[in-house]
Amino acid sequence: MEIPYTVETRPDTGLNNVKIGIWLFLASEVMLFGSLFASYILLRIGSPAWPAGEDYLDIPLAAVNTAVLIISSVTMVMGWASLMRKKLNTYRLYMGATILCGLIFMVIKYFEYSDKFHHGYYPSTNTFLAIYFTMTGLHAAHVLGGSAVNAYLLGPGTKLWKKNPQMFINRVESAGLFWHLVDLIWIFLFPVLYLL
Amino acid sequence: MAEQHEHHEELSFLRKYVFSTDHKVIGIQYAITALIFLFFGFCLMLLMRWQLAYPEQALPIIGSLLGETRMPGGVMLPDFYNQLGAMHGTIMVFMGVVPLAVGAFGNFVVPLQIGAPDMAFPRLNMASYHFFWAGGLVMVLSFFAPGGAASSGWTSYPPLADIATTGQTWWLIGMVLLITSSLFGAINFITTIIQLRAPGLTFFRLPFFVWSQFVTAFLLLLAFPPLEGAGILQLMDRLAGTSFFLPSGLVISGQPLAATGGGSPILWQHLFWFLAHPEVYVLILPAMGIVAEVVANNTRKPLWGYRSMVYAVLFLGFCSFVVWAHHMYITGMGTVVAAFFQATTMIISIPSVVILTALLLSLWGGSIRFNTPMLFALAFLPMFGIGGLTGLPLGLTTTDIPLHDTYYVIGHFHYVVAPGTIFGLFAGIYYWFPKVTGRRMSEFLGKLHFWPSFIFMNGIFFPMLIQGMAGVSRRLYDGGTIYAHAQDVLPLNAMMSWSAWLLALAQIPFIINFFVSIRKGKEVSDNPWQATTLEWAAPSPPPHGNFETLPTVYRGPYEYSIPDQDTDYLPQHQPAEA
Ligand code: HEM
Ligand SMILES: [Cu+2]
Repeated sequence: MEIPYTVETRPDTGLNNVKIGIWLFLASEVMLFGSLFASYILLRIGSPAWPAGEDYLDIPLAAVNTAVLIISSVTMVMGWASLMRKKLNTYRLYMGATILCGLIFMVIKYFEYSDKFHHGYYPSTNTFLAIYFTMTGLHAAHVLGGSAVNAYLLGPGTKLWKKNPQMFINRVESAGLFWHLVDLIWIFLFPVLYLL
Repeated sequence: MAEQHEHHEELSFLRKYVFSTDHKVIGIQYAITALIFLFFGFCLMLLMRWQLAYPEQALPIIGSLLGETRMPGGVMLPDFYNQLGAMHGTIMVFMGVVPLAVGAFGNFVVPLQIGAPDMAFPRLNMASYHFFWAGGLVMVLSFFAPGGAASSGWTSYPPLADIATTGQTWWLIGMVLLITSSLFGAINFITTIIQLRAPGLTFFRLPFFVWSQFVTAFLLLLAFPPLEGAGILQLMDRLAGTSFFLPSGLVISGQPLAATGGGSPILWQHLFWFLAHPEVYVLILPAMGIVAEVVANNTRKPLWGYRSMVYAVLFLGFCSFVVWAHHMYITGMGTVVAAFFQATTMIISIPSVVILTALLLSLWGGSIRFNTPMLFALAFLPMFGIGGLTGLPLGLTTTDIPLHDTYYVIGHFHYVVAPGTIFGLFAGIYYWFPKVTGRRMSEFLGKLHFWPSFIFMNGIFFPMLIQGMAGVSRRLYDGGTIYAHAQDVLPLNAMMSWSAWLLALAQIPFIINFFVSIRKGKEVSDNPWQATTLEWAAPSPPPHGNFETLPTVYRGPYEYSIPDQDTDYLPQHQPAEA
């Protein structure tokens, strides 16, 4: 027996299973990062002194990274919208751009990290750097994970388009929702860690 | 999909029993694994009880088997006691009760009760199980890590946990796996309940068990991630040399600790209890759900106040996120904060009382069938009652400050989780066994299991309340022999330990009953208990896909003893007579 509402929406809830599933997952992610932001606040309040972000971190680089992620969110939506208009090739283009942005973000992050290590700044140096590395590290892991999903949807995953276009669109939409969350988390991380 | 269904007979052994995506197989996998872990955690406690009853005496035979690093000459080392305590708590909570209550009962029963062919995400469901046993395995293997298993309590409070031996790192990794598993499960349960309800099965026609699983899933979904966050921070402290939870100026065995300090041990407590208070409702709600099913079925009456129970469980789930700091009154929090958490704690006790009262009133005027599931369900009510009532003094600072960290706390929450939840789970096993296997368990052995269990449970836990009120601290490897104030109540320890060991013996009828009934139990029809809910509309055992035709629901879940009917029950899927 087939499981209902995997693709089509259930009339009385107006949703399909995947949509609910991904939103629930996002809710748990919000709680995960929320707990780290809360920890940040508590640690900072409890410290007699707290360095300014610019003492250790490179604000222009991070600003570039912020722009890169925002652009990638836009391209992600455009990709999904192209699918809605049944234009697979435009989708490929936009999805490719999204993945590229993810990679650019990671490369910049790599330079940031290695610069820190070069100066002898490690997570163990002080609590500010500790929370910086932990939160941005976890976020970077999410960027990698999201990019892996995106890469799948650009490569082998596209086969589904022929068989079941609506299901494919739903998948791209879910990946997009996750990607927006990853973007959103960074939009909080950037001011909290670099500017405040 | 349709083709897959026709081919399912040919699935290989691996696909059918190990990597199955069928919610029923996964439920059974969860059940067996969780029962093994429960048994293991129980055995750890049996060892601890030896040390508490006969401190410093050699444990015959078993003691010498455990090796020089744990029990040299059969005498338990304090360190090993701490490992046993931490692992008993962790295993019972995260690897025993939750997987049995949610992973096993939830998985098997919820899709059947809502008339669904399976869970919404079968492959995610399978992944959830595999993360679970992997996490459990890491925990158990940590006993062989250098320095042994985690020994800083199931709460893993830093700074102790930050500087503990490698076992603690294993504990954290195990927890991350278990959290991932429960996250997958939670997403699946919520989606399934929202989306896969049979036609006509509105939310207010859901059996109470489904409601309890629904709220439980939300608690797992939202409360566990902060512990994962905390676990990541503690891993960083242990592996990357950070000081999230290490205050400045720590001196360990006369040596200043080489860490920057500046962190906050209290931060861990906040993050931990933000999970762990909702977690206690994860431990109790599914059991309440089971008891509600069994009580309605065996009183042959609709549940009294079904709607109030549903509103209560929703309110309870919501409130459980704003009471966590009642575990932290002695951390020196301000009076305003303490007042807030005292108020919320008193408020949250109301929905629990509503549910318990509704269940008690449901008994009134019923023609009660005293079968084994019902006995366990009936025993649940007063036992959970004691557990709940003894909790109130712990929710108020004036009384909590002297009682904190004593055996009173241990007695209180064990009344909730052992004769409470565990009895609820036993009720569920006896009740749904015929659905799972198509055979019934022996009533005689069931009663032989119930009565001694009931007596010995109280024999263990009631004295704990007395010891605690006399001021005996918990987590002491000798039970407090050096304390003058403990002397009067220490003799109780031997009696409690004997109760524990006899309780172990009392499980033998259950184990025999369980295995013998699988093969030799009396074969039963699809609906042996003459119940109303949808799981009984499916064949016993239900085939792949569950129902021959998807049922349609015409009525509420507990239509028992409706006047002017031929039978004293109207199944939910039975159309109204024209
Ligand atoms: C019926 C069987 C059980 C018995 C006889 C029992 C007995 C004990 C004992 C003697 C302790 C040690 C107290 C100390 O050292 O201070 C303990 C601790 C603990 N038990 Fe159980 N237990 C049982 C079942 C359970 C269950 C079912 C759960 C959870 C679902 C559980 C959760 C815990 C926890 C979390 C602790 C740690 C308490 C602490 O942090 O100090 N136990 N138990
Ligand atoms: Cu609590």
